[in-house]
Formats: sequence, structure tokens, C-alpha cells
Amino acid sequence: MSIRHGLLALLAERPMYGYQLRAEFETRTGSTWPLNVGQVYTTLQRLERDGLVEPADTAGTADDQTAVYQLTETGRAETEKWWSAPVTRHAPARDELAIKLALAVTLPGIDVQLVVQRQRTETMRAVQQYTRLSRQADESNDTAWLLVLDSLVFAAEAEIRWLDHVEARLARTARRPARTDAGPSGAPAPTAPSSPGRPGAATTEKSGR
Amino acid sequence: MTSIAPPRLPEPAPAGAAPPTSAPVLRMRGVTRVHGGGATQVVALRGLDLVVYPGELVAVMGPSGSGKSTLLTLAGGLDVATSGEVFVDGTALGRLSTKALAALRRRSLGYVFQDLNLVPALTAAENVALPRELDGVATRKAYREAVAALTEVGVAELADRFPDQMSGGQQQRVAIARALVGPRRLVLADEPTGALDSATSGEVMRVLRARCDAGAAGLLVTHEARHAGWADRVVFLRDGMVVDSTGEPSTPESLLDGDGGSTAGGAER
Repeated sequence: MSIRHGLLALLAERPMYGYQLRAEFETRTGSTWPLNVGQVYTTLQRLERDGLVEPADTAGTADDQTAVYQLTETGRAETEKWWSAPVTRHAPARDELAIKLALAVTLPGIDVQLVVQRQRTETMRAVQQYTRLSRQADESNDTAWLLVLDSLVFAAEAEIRWLDHVEARLARTARRPARTDAGPSGAPAPTAPSSPGRPGAATTEKSGR
Repeated sequence: MTSIAPPRLPEPAPAGAAPPTSAPVLRMRGVTRVHGGGATQVVALRGLDLVVYPGELVAVMGPSGSGKSTLLTLAGGLDVATSGEVFVDGTALGRLSTKALAALRRRSLGYVFQDLNLVPALTAAENVALPRELDGVATRKAYREAVAALTEVGVAELADRFPDQMSGGQQQRVAIARALVGPRRLVLADEPTGALDSATSGEVMRVLRARCDAGAAGLLVTHEARHAGWADRVVFLRDGMVVDSTGEPSTPESLLDGDGGSTAGGAER
């Protein structure tokens, strides 16, 4: 994520200098995404170069020694645009887990079920950790932090659900004969886009026997 | 473009407030349950080991048919193991008479099942007091305990309402109060948040968690990762066996205890 818009959004509230921006950003996101102050100043310089922020007129105030920034009209418009547009879902980043499982089902001799279960256990540990942190948080004062934790729980939960789905799909594939030109008549067509009967199907045998 | 570092999270907090120091409340040893015989025989559990200590909440996850519900009914003495043993507070359930088993169930075990089974002709408080009265507790005392349990689950104001005057979520909470009323040592829950919205589900999990933090042992069957997240330990079942666990039983003794140590799972690998 770009921090440009985060800083613009904060500056829309009032003019601030770098350290203030950093502190505000961290407080409001539950310190989950730490910023270093260098990042903040670099970003401010770029925003100034692009005409989105400008030094505020602080002469005669207590702040006149520090570089206080405020939004320009363009910056304000850009901030409005950011709020009104959804966050774009970019092309998926390279996902190690998805790649790992894709390789596991296509390479012989890999116990896919074991790979899936190891991951499920690990992701579940993460859910437990987020839940503990949520329980320790103060409902009324830590709203930002709780929202962040909720988002992490939702993401981990989705991953576990996906792992369940992977397992179920592999089990279905394993039950089908190796060459499935057509399913039994009347049965819904299998939705798996992957070719049935790949070598990986054999690896869905129960690992616990 | 400047980008933000990945989330920074505090170090994991230790599981459970105070590590329990006593013997397990629930111990299942080599438990096998076979339904039917011949060609239609179904093995629901195969040689399962599990311990739950006081203060621990253990969640059980697994695909349908993995044996989760069988595990819970065996732990609650509602079903009998084909082989192996189930101990509650050191008592082997299989060796108890029907009467003694019923008494132990009423006194030591609390169930939260998907089926609420509230008695329609009784108020919330009377429903909750019922198991205590059946156990010989004086009516007035049982009522006080019932109100305390209703308070614990946040619905004290429903004490005098009948089930048909309550929403599904409220009935669910009353059922949970009934499972918790009195000094229950072992709380068994099968998808206890079934009909509840997410905020109320969170409340239910909070109540279960608090009861375990206060010293009870909890066993929760769920398919919701977010609910299992409240547990100290999550055990994964597959084909009637424990295939993995997110941790070891949370007592120092369990490290010295051969039986306890093996329950964490992965042994079948």
C-alpha cells in the first residue's frame, strides 16, 4: 500500500509536520504498520513535488521552526478521490502457499494432505494469537487496533476455508476414475478446471494410516 | 513508491491466564467407537487420546464425519466407547452405573448443543434451575444460581420470560446459562454459536472463555476458525484420529505425563 494517501488523509484534517504525521498514522492503525520518519519525509517531498502539499504558513506561531505541511487544492481533490474510490484489487501477488500447493498436487510423492494440515495448524495458531490480542484490547479505546486484528482474523479464516476447500476438491478428484470423459449422467459437471487424474491425485491418500 | 512494512504484531501472549496445576478434568485414552457391524460398519473414532485440564479450553476441528460429535458425546457420557476409556475427574465413565453416570452428568458436566431443548412451559430461570433442582438443590438456591448463570451470559433480564417470548439468540444464551449453572467442571459445546449473529457469537465465546479462565475445562467442537481461536489448543480430527494440534496441553505436568504428552496429536503421522 502506498502511504501517500494515508498522509494526505491526515493532512486534510489539519496541517502537520513529519513526526506528527507518523505518530497520528501509527496511533490510528494500532501501530500495526510501522513507518519510519524518513519514509514520511520522503513521501512529503514527493507530494510537494507533485503539487499535492505545500509548506504551511507558520510564521509567528510556535511551529515556525518546523516544516509544517498542508494540503493544496489539488491535494484535497486527490484525497476526496481516494475516499470515494474502492481500493483496487491488483493482480494477485505471488502467493507462496498457492504456489506450494499447486506444485504439491502436480509433483509425485508429495503428501498434499500433510502440507495442507501443517498450514492449517499454523494459520489456526495465528487466529489464536489475534484472538488473544483482541481479548486483551480495550473495546472502547482500541477501536483502530481491533479493526486491524479483525481484518487479520478474517484473512486467516479465509485461508483456512480455502485449505478445507483444497482438501475437499482433491478428495473428489481422487474418487473419480483417472480418465473422466464424462461423469455419471445427471450428475453436475465437475467444476475443477485442473485436469483430472494427475499424478498428485494419488497423494491424497490418508496420511494417518 | 514508498510502501508500508508488513504488520507488526506483539509477541504471542502466553496461552491461558494461570496454568492449571491439577489433574485433567477429561481424559480419553485409546477411545474407539464403532457404529454398526459388517459391511455397514463405521469407525467414528479410532484409538483417540485427549486430555483437557482445568482452565483449558480445547477446540476440536475437522471435516464432517471426522468424529467430532462422537468425541463430544463420549466425553459427556451420552455414548459408550467400543474400547478405550473416558475419565471425568478421574472417574471412568464406562464403569459407572446408569444412575451414577446420570448424577455425574448433572453435577459435573455442562452441555451446549445446537439443539436448545428449553422446556417451553418453564421460564428462562426455571429452565436454568432445572438441572440443579433435579440434583437435589433447594428450589430457592437453584433459582439464585440460575439468575447468576443468566447474568453471566448477559441475559438476567430474561429470567421470567418463557422460551416463546425470546428471540433465537436469547434462547441460545439461556441454553448456555443452563449448561454453566452451578459448579460445572467440564463444559462441552457443539457449535454453540450456531444460530447467533457474529456479535452475539463473540459474547458466547467470551462467556465460555471466562468460565474456563475461572477453572472449568472446556471442549468446543466447531468448524469456525474464529471461534476455535478462543481456545488454548486446537485439535484437528480426521477419520477418527487426532492428526495435529496447535499446541501441547497447557500444564507443566503434561510434559512429564506420558499419556498427556501424546494427546497433542501428530502421533499418528
